[in-house]
Amino acid sequence: MKMEEQNGKSRREDVCPSKKDKLDAALDLETARARIAATKGPEYWRSLEELAGSAEFQEMVHREFPKGASEWVDSVSRRGFLKLMGASMALAGMTACTKQPLEPIVPYVRQPEEVVPGRPLFFATAFTLSGYASPILVESHLYRPTKIEGNDRHPASLGGTDIFAQASILGLYDPDRSQTITYLGDVRTWGMFQEAIRGPLSVQKGLQGGGIRILTPTISSPTLADQLSSLLKIYPQAKWHVYEPINRDNVYEGAKMAFGQPLEARYDFEKADVIVSLDADFLYAGFPGSTRYIRDFAKRRNPDSGNMSRLYVVESTMSSTGAKADHRLPLRAVDVETLVRVLPVVEMMNSNPPGLNGEQQVFAADIWRDLQGHHASSAVIAGDHQPAVVHALAHELNQALGNVGKTVFYTDPIDANPVNQAESLKDLVADMRGGKVDILIILGGNPAYDAPVDFGFADALKNTNIPLRVHLGLYQNETAELCQWHINEAHYLEAWGDARAYDGTVSIIQPLIAPLYNGKSAYELIALLAGQVDASGHDLVQSYWKKQHSGADFDVFWRKSLHDGWIEGTTFAPKQVALKTAGLSPHPATNANALEINFRRDPTVHDGQFSNNGWLQELPKPMTKLTWDNPVLIGPAMAARMGLKTEDVVELELNGNKVTAPVWIQAGHPDNSVTVFLGYGRRRAGRAGTGAGFDMYPLRSSATPWFAGGLKITKVGGTYKLASTQGYQTMDTPNGATRPLVRETTLEEYRKEPNFAKEEEPPKELTLYKPYPYEKEPYAWGMAIDLNACVGCNNCIVACQSENNIPVVGKEQVVIGRHMHWLRVDAYYQGDRDNPKAYFQPVPCMQCENAPCEVVCPVGATVHSTEGLNDMTYNRCVGTRYCSNNCPYKVRRFNFLLFQDWETPQYKMMRNPDVTVRSRGVMEKCTYCVQRISEHRIDSEREDRKIQDGELQTACQQSCPANAIIFGNINDPNSRVSKLKAGARNYSLLADLNTRPRTTYLAEIRNPNPELKG
Amino acid sequence: MQIFHRSTNTISRATIYGAVFVVAALFWAAAEIQRSPYVTYAGVARPQPVPFSHQHHVAGLGIDCRYCHTSVETSSFAGIPPTKTCMNCHSQIWTNAQLLEPVRESFRSGKSLVWNRVNDLPDFVYFNHSIHINKGVGCNTCHGPVDRMPLMYNYASLQMEWCLECHRKPEKHLRPRDQVFNMRYEQPSSGKPLAMDGKEYTDQIALGTDLVKKYKLRTVTDITSCSTCHR
Repeated sequence: MKMEEQNGKSRREDVCPSKKDKLDAALDLETARARIAATKGPEYWRSLEELAGSAEFQEMVHREFPKGASEWVDSVSRRGFLKLMGASMALAGMTACTKQPLEPIVPYVRQPEEVVPGRPLFFATAFTLSGYASPILVESHLYRPTKIEGNDRHPASLGGTDIFAQASILGLYDPDRSQTITYLGDVRTWGMFQEAIRGPLSVQKGLQGGGIRILTPTISSPTLADQLSSLLKIYPQAKWHVYEPINRDNVYEGAKMAFGQPLEARYDFEKADVIVSLDADFLYAGFPGSTRYIRDFAKRRNPDSGNMSRLYVVESTMSSTGAKADHRLPLRAVDVETLVRVLPVVEMMNSNPPGLNGEQQVFAADIWRDLQGHHASSAVIAGDHQPAVVHALAHELNQALGNVGKTVFYTDPIDANPVNQAESLKDLVADMRGGKVDILIILGGNPAYDAPVDFGFADALKNTNIPLRVHLGLYQNETAELCQWHINEAHYLEAWGDARAYDGTVSIIQPLIAPLYNGKSAYELIALLAGQVDASGHDLVQSYWKKQHSGADFDVFWRKSLHDGWIEGTTFAPKQVALKTAGLSPHPATNANALEINFRRDPTVHDGQFSNNGWLQELPKPMTKLTWDNPVLIGPAMAARMGLKTEDVVELELNGNKVTAPVWIQAGHPDNSVTVFLGYGRRRAGRAGTGAGFDMYPLRSSATPWFAGGLKITKVGGTYKLASTQGYQTMDTPNGATRPLVRETTLEEYRKEPNFAKEEEPPKELTLYKPYPYEKEPYAWGMAIDLNACVGCNNCIVACQSENNIPVVGKEQVVIGRHMHWLRVDAYYQGDRDNPKAYFQPVPCMQCENAPCEVVCPVGATVHSTEGLNDMTYNRCVGTRYCSNNCPYKVRRFNFLLFQDWETPQYKMMRNPDVTVRSRGVMEKCTYCVQRISEHRIDSEREDRKIQDGELQTACQQSCPANAIIFGNINDPNSRVSKLKAGARNYSLLADLNTRPRTTYLAEIRNPNPELKG
Repeated sequence: MQIFHRSTNTISRATIYGAVFVVAALFWAAAEIQRSPYVTYAGVARPQPVPFSHQHHVAGLGIDCRYCHTSVETSSFAGIPPTKTCMNCHSQIWTNAQLLEPVRESFRSGKSLVWNRVNDLPDFVYFNHSIHINKGVGCNTCHGPVDRMPLMYNYASLQMEWCLECHRKPEKHLRPRDQVFNMRYEQPSSGKPLAMDGKEYTDQIALGTDLVKKYKLRTVTDITSCSTCHR
């Protein structure tokens, strides 16, 4: 026993490297550097550990799952263990003998006409983030929404979605959502709230609403804006404040500086030959219009088209947009302004401009030369977190380059109330402290958690005795806690509404299901304040549009708008604007050595509103592949200087405010700068979000919402375990033995040597596998993934998770490598760690024709179908894991525990009824969405035809904004996938193993400026 | 000294040889139980809120299957009729029958009737009615003589070996599409030939083989791939 205990202990130390082992073996940059110099590491690396060739990493490569995944690591007493074993033995024995239980079947009383049980319906609606609508189609099984798809006819989507829209279906069914109206924590009814608010409102009538304050997030809804403005007519002294932590203040202020009015810039990247991003992460979810921008950008990245565009990125942290750049310059956020200012004159400068070093100056000169050569076909885009002046300068540049009206368009803001949000909230807090507020209505949002620290909003809310504080929200969050009344909000899939997409087009938001918990929408709450008791959301939205479209054909108009997903004629027309050049303040001097801190929205939980969404929490962030946490990103050079290692805990101090968090060394991060991500460290988020990560809002003040100098960083000792999937599932490619897994070259080289990615594959006959004449079958499914188009947005992972009922496992399980994503997006780095090139590679199951997994399965649970699919039969699987052990691509996932929640009723409604819900002890993996294949095959056979190319799409393909994943019949030489596979760029992963994978890749081609060396 | 009685020798021999048979018998019994109606419910009528008689409605009144099971030709799910379908007739006839009170109550209150599922496949099997109908598998091939069932029971075991019996030899079961809903359909025999496309068939295998071609059935290897039914 004692012996066992010791073994157990040492094993636990193995798997919990935060203990001593890891400290010894963990990456020491200096050693790593020396080692690289001596041994020449891999050309492409996924993590700094790999680059250093550490022993740990080598072991990881050879293991099927990371250390700890297969071991029993939970500390369970002997007694507990025996109890468990006894129970599971009994269950294992008994379940085989039980009879199937009787199942009820519940038909309609009156069946709606359009419903055919067993066939889903699709409804058009829109998801909103910071007011911007993402047009979507929602799959509905007997009126239960189960899956989000892009609205392929809407210009802002063209079929693509982003991770937030994809994952919002989990938000709908989140069991932690607020389920009832409460008053001081006690359950109340809507009627009681109506009663309670009547008195105070009539008092306000006399005061002309002088004590009413309404705080909303960014609102683009024409109906809600109209309701609010009529409310302000009833109560002329009432005020409408707007605040959202991830706002566009800089964008609007910049436009005001340049044009004298708040405007929004829209880009056409399909027409842009040269794109310069000034710290703008425009190829990632959350950037307004990103879904469409990715599509347009990807279209111009086809090296065979002859007109490939070029992307320059100057950025203050490593982003996925930077990873796609042809030329990337890491630069502290504060220095971006310097670079923009010198652009037009940089070539005439003899000495370094202040704040830029030689390399940066050369970079600026190159950008300028390239821009000059592409008059009216270039675009300069400034990031939302760059100060207003950078936006104004970008507008000036676009004007000077003749881009306006060609690639850059200015429109009215989609924000119905484009005030400066920081100012707006500041005014509100001043009024609160000044005792001027009697009724405070907070319509969604969570300002008690995410307001700038210097406003002390939470404190003001708590200690100023506002007589009536009402919070409407999806969750009982930090703000709800400080309000007497909390109204549970209806999810957007439960309520009527409308919103504008990035181009201004209005979508009607139609509910897919009646509110699960009788939630109320913002529309209904505002209507109540305006005296319309019990007005329904549907009537409010419809009556607004009746006013806009008064005609006999309103019914047709309404039905068409609902059906299509948008209202015709509502797109904002580009505005003719005149530039006011004067008025830009001179650039304040910057200190080259000042330590900068960057505040960024988190790539997956955004500002914190998606904290409780397990899919987003567990979604590896594009560059770090971290899950469930938000460490402080620092560059390798700075880490070396400060002697910091990944997972070391540091204290950040800014203006006297302190936060403690672990460090993550991010290749490509600019020096003298750190990046922190907002949205973590929530106190009241729910079972997934509460306590995850570190709250960075206490460092963020209204004066410096996006970056600030003067940071102090100190090592406090100790480490904190981070759950990154970066090093997991690494494919074994010994140096020199095989070709790299990502293959890339420059456009110039590609033209000279188009077949560079090809390698000689072993002859087809050279195998012991029994051959099968796949070419004689009507269908042979295959997939091509265009690495050039892929921008690493991760949308495919969430789409796959949603379509295939993939569970969430939690941070502890991710740490030991038990995450379940069927599709992973590997990020590879290459070259200088201070400014590496980066590549993305989505890796689903390769569906090998000679599948190594199949021959080792003792129970025949994984076998080939005649169409070339590597079928996985869950009900046969006994969990030996031999298959995953034998998979060279490491794409198989094992249910080590019962990860799937079988109990929570909400989740039962969410699941795709066409896919088995897997239990513990079962292997699973990508099936090419075999349920979709079956459905289309049956439909086409019934109609006595073949499946058309493009008709059948896998989940990852369908909502890919970049069109990077193409799936189809490779037996049809005219299908898109066959044509792509016949192209020069096509290659297979680990082709020398002769597995003959059906999934192949199109090599990545970059288009660097041929005049620019290095 | 003799500790054991003489007979012990015989008993032990018998036990040792017998054990083989006992074990074999246990396996046999387990296999039998597994296939028995006790486990499969085959031939066992389920309790239902209303003792609906298919015999009466199908054989007696001649109502087509599709009058109630509307989506059988278009969807995976054949469809269980909404209360409204019952009331189409029963608002006119048997309006006071005590047996039908649950139906009327459902229609009045808007609360669904809760039936017990009779043909219940395990949840990891994805069966599609429409494609079977389309390929010429008759309703009663799987569901049995529904028109002679006063109370509904499942005719077949619905176990995988039973499914595969047909997926491996579909020609033994197919019939012309226009006969799919014919409850009294008989396979062609020399006594009762069947004419199709100007040919006369006296043998099911000959007819089935031609139907496999005519209805473009996928090959047996295709339709016995795991992902045909499991996903």
